[in-house]
Amino acid sequence: MVGIVGYGAHIPRHRIKVEEIAKVWGADAPSYKKGLLLTQKSVPPPDTDTITLSVEAAKNALRRAGNVAPADIGAIYIGSESHPYAVKPSGTVVAEALGATPEIHCADFEFACKAGSEAMFVCLGLVKSGYIKYGLAIGADTSQGAPGDALEYSASAGAAAFIMGSENLIAEAVETYSFMTDTPDFWRREYQFYPQHGGRFTGEPAYFKHVTGCANGIMKKVGMKPADFNYVIFHQPNGKFPLRVGQMLGFKKEQIEPGWLTPRLGNTYSGSSPIGLTSTLDIAKPGDMILMVSYGSGAGSDGFVWKVTDRINDVRDKAVRTTKLLDENQFYVDYGTYAKFRHKIRKND
Amino acid sequence: MFPAREHREYPHRYRLEAGKCKKCGKIFFPHRLICSECGHREFEKVLLPDTGKLLTFSVIRVAPSQFVDQAPYAIGIAELTNGVRLMAQVADCDVDSLKVGMDVRIEFRRIQTDGHAGVLSYGYKFVPKWY
Repeated sequence: MVGIVGYGAHIPRHRIKVEEIAKVWGADAPSYKKGLLLTQKSVPPPDTDTITLSVEAAKNALRRAGNVAPADIGAIYIGSESHPYAVKPSGTVVAEALGATPEIHCADFEFACKAGSEAMFVCLGLVKSGYIKYGLAIGADTSQGAPGDALEYSASAGAAAFIMGSENLIAEAVETYSFMTDTPDFWRREYQFYPQHGGRFTGEPAYFKHVTGCANGIMKKVGMKPADFNYVIFHQPNGKFPLRVGQMLGFKKEQIEPGWLTPRLGNTYSGSSPIGLTSTLDIAKPGDMILMVSYGSGAGSDGFVWKVTDRINDVRDKAVRTTKLLDENQFYVDYGTYAKFRHKIRKND
Repeated sequence: MFPAREHREYPHRYRLEAGKCKKCGKIFFPHRLICSECGHREFEKVLLPDTGKLLTFSVIRVAPSQFVDQAPYAIGIAELTNGVRLMAQVADCDVDSLKVGMDVRIEFRRIQTDGHAGVLSYGYKFVPKWY
């Protein structure tokens, strides 16, 4: 039996509202709020990046993992599309900061927004094979949207970390499943600062095809139907897509809501469904069944069926809850500050 | 910035590793080779706690070039829960609302960047403790 031993999230405190972005571009804020079903997004300050978010999320995961020594972590995989270096791993910095070096395998993963769930998938596999005792899987991003593009209203920052193991589980990984095709719905070429996307092509043939394909595939594999799950978490590129795909699959809004954070958080890309899982575990009860389906453009989805164990009640408050990070003590910034923080202003060296 | 110097400072900058004198118990951060209290040369590695109180601070409004994007910002000295005092930037705050005696927490942050192509420096900063 393998699964999650510890979990944690981290979210920057700064936020920008949809109205503030729309004002700059002469756009109609109510239309964007209604179309994307989100009101604001998190903004990383200049001293916060994928590495720093990963370290703080991993520390929270270690707090909940109990007596897991960092030196016992045999692998660290960070999924992100905003690794601070083009050449040099993020995972080495995070492992060093946690005290998990030198006997550890490390790689940075990329697969648009599903790089974090890839890391989870691989860690579970290595633990299950007996290759490592514990694996640290992180999904983190400080994602960028081009100025004025629809993505600018949603691209945000956050991280979730999971320590996978085979003992003292918080949630057992009952089943995993992946669904992938070559679908060019969203991309960023080398040396380009902002990603580009295929507009409406990102919907039906991309997000909805892969998320429904993965969800149906894993439910068939475990012989379960939507009503058998207490909660479900889908990737959340905006607030609307996860609700719609949930409805298409036959899930109720109550099953989606605990992990549906995009309306207040934005799209944290590789952190999106993993952070949703942390907020769902924060309120889950022993025995609850959770379905998680990520989505990464390019395109594919990873599915996980989790069964929550009794240990959840002992550990959930050993670290800060995700909704506390999300909903309390926010700093709202104007567009100028946001542009400065996100290096959108060209300056002399 | 010189990568080798950054690398040497990882133990205290990344993990808050300090040295505790095995003879008199005094804790040094960063660690040192000879105890300034008793002259002893053996130390055990201890990790500093990640919370404390702000003892004093100064607000920087005219910042060096690598910190211009963060100005105004505060540099403070905090006393951690084990009595060790250290200096760091105070992040995630309105500098005008900082108060001596307020609770702070240590977080891992990017400290500075060496231009657009150089190495990135990471380490600890204080943030107001709100949970």
